[in-house]
Amino acid sequence: MLEIKNLHVKLEEEDKQILKGVNLTVEAGKVHAIMGPNGSGKSTLSYVLSGKDGYEVTEGSASLLGEELLELEPEERAALGVFLAFQYPVEIPGVGNMTFLRTAVNAQRKARGEEELSATDFLKHVREKAKELKIDAEMLKRPVNVGFSGGEKKRNEILQMAMLEPKMCILDETDSGLDVDAMKLVADGVNALRDEGRGFLVITHYQRLLDHIKPDVVHIMADGRIVKTGGPELALEVENNGYADILSEVA
Amino acid sequence: MALPELKQSTTEARLASLSLPEGGCLDAARRAAVSRVQTMGLPDRRDEYWKYTRPDTLTSADAPNAAVFDSGEAPMFDTFDRIRIVFVDGVFDAEASDDLSLEGVNIERLAEIQGKDIHWAKDIYGVLEARGQTPVERPLAALNTAFATDGVVVHVTGKPSKPINLVYRHETESSDAILHHVIKVDSGAEATILENGPAASRFNKAMEIDIADNGTLHLVRAQGRDHERRAATHLFARLGTEAVFKSFTLTVNGVLTRNEAVVEFLGDDAVAHVAGACVGDGDFHHDDTVFVTHDAVNCESRQVFKKVLRNGATGVFQGKILVKEGAQKTDGYQISQSLLLDDDSQFLAKPELEIYADDVACSHGSTSGAIDEDGLFYLRSRGVPESEATDLMTLAFLAEAVEEIEDDEIAASINDRLYGWLARRR
Repeated sequence: MLEIKNLHVKLEEEDKQILKGVNLTVEAGKVHAIMGPNGSGKSTLSYVLSGKDGYEVTEGSASLLGEELLELEPEERAALGVFLAFQYPVEIPGVGNMTFLRTAVNAQRKARGEEELSATDFLKHVREKAKELKIDAEMLKRPVNVGFSGGEKKRNEILQMAMLEPKMCILDETDSGLDVDAMKLVADGVNALRDEGRGFLVITHYQRLLDHIKPDVVHIMADGRIVKTGGPELALEVENNGYADILSEVA
Repeated sequence: MALPELKQSTTEARLASLSLPEGGCLDAARRAAVSRVQTMGLPDRRDEYWKYTRPDTLTSADAPNAAVFDSGEAPMFDTFDRIRIVFVDGVFDAEASDDLSLEGVNIERLAEIQGKDIHWAKDIYGVLEARGQTPVERPLAALNTAFATDGVVVHVTGKPSKPINLVYRHETESSDAILHHVIKVDSGAEATILENGPAASRFNKAMEIDIADNGTLHLVRAQGRDHERRAATHLFARLGTEAVFKSFTLTVNGVLTRNEAVVEFLGDDAVAHVAGACVGDGDFHHDDTVFVTHDAVNCESRQVFKKVLRNGATGVFQGKILVKEGAQKTDGYQISQSLLLDDDSQFLAKPELEIYADDVACSHGSTSGAIDEDGLFYLRSRGVPESEATDLMTLAFLAEAVEEIEDDEIAASINDRLYGWLARRR
């Protein structure tokens, strides 16, 4: 599904190489986790895949279902099925959450040549999904993420994911700032979306999120490369011994 | 002291171009105003208060022509149940206006009351304006008091069931209108006034608002889309104990706009919010000049002004909070921000605080910047195309000002206009 080949990325404004040859394939229906110490390039990878400005791809490629991603605008990637759950969801005052969701859903449908959802169908759909994530009607009416708690923001990300039904979900430290209950709620939301036709890339510092979202494959990223790949047991190893052992082993 | 020669001649020329309505209950106020104008002289570029805005086209004897603009869209507030009072190029149009009777409010025309010898409006007309001349002179407001040809005199005695809508149509290229409104809100009474339209090629408007204890007035205006129109407006509001005044102004287009607001707290525990959102493209100069005086305990004032500028448009903000000795527990807030959509546009801001009480909370901030890139990326990453995402982020920028409107439907209609302006520029 997602195919990343020898991806090299530097900062646009500085002569600083962040990704130094990332190779990664996420198959449909699988959950891949990426762990790694601070500054290893995990968040950069998520931004580059979703099309954020400020990065320059110097080598390599990334494709989703055979379509080259890196030349596309962020909205085109979204229409193809890329979704990034932000580590820090952005507050947008003055734009209602519901308006935002409907605009996004219909913009993607339009881009794919599908018919736009009617207001009634949309409302029914969003209410259903919101209920599962314990998002109340008041939160849907409020401006996007404004005044939301950390947990509410992350649940709102998952709600967007559920509404947009992306092919490839990238979760950037979705567990950061969450207490155990909130993490469980978010993980349940993610698990409900696990599906044969959908791939997940879960970026996290800690094993605990992976207790709830069970990965099929775990990658360790360090200094802009994936240095080790294994099964779920690799996450436990990190949890018990830290990154030092793994890093010295591959050095 | 004699006026500088140029100021003297400009003032004389302007005074000579107007005729003073004579007699009746407003006669003394008008004559006193003429003498204020003669003493102060009309503003010119050398005046500190007009440093960022050129007043010459507002003070000239003849108004520069302004093409009448047909936007092709329905007038603002058109779907609301309201009482319409229509002025065409500054002249009352009885046929286009609704019947002015409504429970809880008494509405008269200025042109009608000025023939009377006695009228309550006499105690307000020109009085609030004259108070507002210190510590900063506002000669165009005095000129208005002297020469206003018409306006409304509104006495709010209860809670009228619908808003009063002053509609200002512009139909003649060379029109030069001077209107003066007097609004008196009784204790415990509450009303909403809506204003919309460009009014004339050049519009000088003053509104004096006297709100008694526990009275509430909401004022929402939209200044019309005519590109070449000019306007100098003044609001003078005086608030009693626990009174509430909330004002919002939308400005879309217009070659020159100077909106002054002068608010004075006389009773404790009162609230006054003055807000505005403007969007300008190209030949657009928009100036918000606000002066709030706290002379009572525990009052709250908010000034919220947002400007979206592109293609060389200019925004100006001069805002002051004056907290007098003894005005303890004052809560004063002031924010003025501009969103500059290109490098050619500019925003000039002069925020001022002057505080003589020691137990107050006052804050002010002013910023200029571009669209928030993080927000833009967030929207685009959800599939919203760049142009639409930019519009949504622009609305988000303006939101704090629009949110000052309490009525959700009115706020939505303002947002529609803003969105329309943006959409036309995609």
